[in-house]
Amino acid sequence: MFRLDGKTALVTGASGGIGRAIAATLHAQGATVILSGTREAVLQEQVKELGGERAFYVTANLSEAAEADALVGKAEEAAGAPLDILVNNAGLTRDTLALRMKDQDWDQVLNVDLSSPFRLCRAALKGMLRRRAGRIVNIASVVGTTGNAGQANYSAAKAGMVGMSKSLAQEAGSRGVTVNVVAPGFIVTPMTDVLPDAQKEKLTSAIPLGRLGKPEDVASAVLYLCTEEAGWVTGSTLHVNGGMAMV
Amino acid sequence: MSEIADKVKKIVVEHLGVEESKVTPEASFIDDLGADSLDTVELVMAFEEAFNVEIPEDAAEKIATVKDAIDYIEKQKAA
Repeated sequence: MFRLDGKTALVTGASGGIGRAIAATLHAQGATVILSGTREAVLQEQVKELGGERAFYVTANLSEAAEADALVGKAEEAAGAPLDILVNNAGLTRDTLALRMKDQDWDQVLNVDLSSPFRLCRAALKGMLRRRAGRIVNIASVVGTTGNAGQANYSAAKAGMVGMSKSLAQEAGSRGVTVNVVAPGFIVTPMTDVLPDAQKEKLTSAIPLGRLGKPEDVASAVLYLCTEEAGWVTGSTLHVNGGMAMV
Repeated sequence: MSEIADKVKKIVVEHLGVEESKVTPEASFIDDLGADSLDTVELVMAFEEAFNVEIPEDAAEKIATVKDAIDYIEKQKAA
């Protein structure tokens, strides 16, 4: 069950905490993975950690439209195989209350977190539709559903990602290509690790399962949606948040 | 048959997996050749790529038959 032997997967934002775990999980299940990110040294290190086999990296700055457009092609070139799986995990935040939010904060987050995943989906779908197979998993966030003070831009992008994925799922369904969303809750990563303990405790108290999430919790959900076994699941959002928001 | 017509026919055969004899000028992609809406979009994109032309959305909507495609591309190429 849930093996990915012979499949080729592109994971964006692979140098981050969650992306790293997703890439490692898909790789462990037999997939050839292409890691994309902005930090070349980190990506190189990760490829090494994966044993060097079935693992490649491509650097890309997804705030540049042209780089987003070209990434799928570059990934296929690196792996020497067409893409079976696309995981849109790259994203960034520019948190601040709306009153203080600059146009640039809004535009940058919408661009990297919503427009660039769309560009990647569009590029990947072209081949997937032709080959009559493919899996796209978009990483959103619980705040796309619940909202979050200080994240008007990020939550809008993540909610937009859900609507986009549902539309793409309808367009691609007749070709056996599925498009789904994984919406993580509060996950411990280097980025969130710096929060004060008091704040982490407060967050934990709101989670029925009594702990913060691990990147691996997200990766397992992504893995499921990438498998043959998930072939009748499309347009859905899998919430991985410890029960913090039951939606 | 013109070179363009030949190439269009070839793309249609390849893309829709239909027999060459069925790809007559009057054949409708949807009604006669079994294409769905996604196929027609993919066909238009294949024509764009093969002939290095841009087919805007409103023009693409009017391309229903093999002949429509050939005529449109021939016109673009002549212009």
